[in-house]
Amino acid sequence: MDEGLRSELQKQGIFTTTLGEIYNWGRKNSVWPLNFGLACCAIEMIATTMARYDLARFGAEVFRPSPRQADLMIVAGTVTKKMAPQVVRLYNQMGEPKYVIAMGACAISGGPFKQGYNVLKGIDRYIPVDVHIPGCPPRPEALIHAFMTLQQKIAEQQLTGAQRPRHLRADAPSEFTVPEFGDHDLVPTKNPDVWQPQVLIRG
Amino acid sequence: METLDQIKSRLTHALLGARLEIVPNESPSSQRSLLVDSEHARAVAQWLRDDPELCLDYCSNVTGVDWLEAVGKTKIKKTVVVDGVEKELEETVDSLRSGYLEAVYHLFSMAKKHGPVILRLRTENRTDKNHLPSLTPVWHGCEFQEREIFDLYGVVFDGHPDLRRILMWDGFKDHPMRKDYVEPDDYEYEPTPHDAVLEKAKKHQAQEAKP
Ligand code: SF4
Repeated sequence: MDEGLRSELQKQGIFTTTLGEIYNWGRKNSVWPLNFGLACCAIEMIATTMARYDLARFGAEVFRPSPRQADLMIVAGTVTKKMAPQVVRLYNQMGEPKYVIAMGACAISGGPFKQGYNVLKGIDRYIPVDVHIPGCPPRPEALIHAFMTLQQKIAEQQLTGAQRPRHLRADAPSEFTVPEFGDHDLVPTKNPDVWQPQVLIRG
Repeated sequence: METLDQIKSRLTHALLGARLEIVPNESPSSQRSLLVDSEHARAVAQWLRDDPELCLDYCSNVTGVDWLEAVGKTKIKKTVVVDGVEKELEETVDSLRSGYLEAVYHLFSMAKKHGPVILRLRTENRTDKNHLPSLTPVWHGCEFQEREIFDLYGVVFDGHPDLRRILMWDGFKDHPMRKDYVEPDDYEYEPTPHDAVLEKAKKHQAQEAKP
């Protein structure tokens, strides 16, 4: 519908919307995160939910203790190689539609522990990440910003057509390979369907 | 608290046969430690805990150290006769020190509010004779920390109630904190490499370039 006509109608007390819009509006304002933290970043995540930063304003205050009831996984902290299979398994157990925010330097790349013998170089090697937040730790404002970015992403999703999101496509995967413990590293070390090393062009 | 020398001399009287040695420390902290032989380590620990003067009832920290084989410099005193006069000369000699693993215990007394006394135990070598007596029966707080040393350095603590890996998964091979640990090559994506990482990333790239 034409924007001008719509606002004209609104002035007369007639609200119009589309199914897609109201569907996305409802989804984006009730994203429930999964209740878990992995390291120091989790403290910032907890602070975000408390009165000062008040994540409840965005409809995301209900941290669920079960992956079955959660829509959003906030990977807040260092993902060790020993923990990574569990994180992927939790992700697999979440029902679609589901989203991932990788919070902090550790979760996006390994951070200060990147070359450690037991630290995964970013959770995006195994599960698709929607929003990455840099910082060590990111401030609560940064998490809120990431959350708003995610909300925007949800609002822009088309419900039909080739660009429709994963949860509306029967052929798209909703579960990803859980890595196994190997001799020195996880096997496989990455999920090539999800993550490929970017081509680095050096000057 | 008594000095380490006093503790050592009392210990030698209390536990005949215990081979004790004070390890000097030339760093600014000059915190010296007591090297104890494996056979008497348990008895020495028990004595340090139960001695009414010391009463070291709290083991705050246990850590491992990996000492690779190295060339050490030792000073040897020599008497030489120069022109009929006996003179004492000091000479530095290079000597090959064999590698070993070490467990270091930091002991405090909660009752007397003093400490630390630092104990060191050394294995005979880094490969097959890597056993040490566990001090968990003396200080229960050592349990997890000895497991950690077992996990990361590969020291086997005899008499430990539950010696399993604690940080790495069961089935992990080798001990990652050993200085000769060969890490898996996962340097495929290093956006900002420098120093050691840069070298490893280059090595990885060179390997990838090969057909
Ligand atoms: S990014 Fe920094 S604050 Fe966050 S988990 Fe890693 S070390 Fe901790």
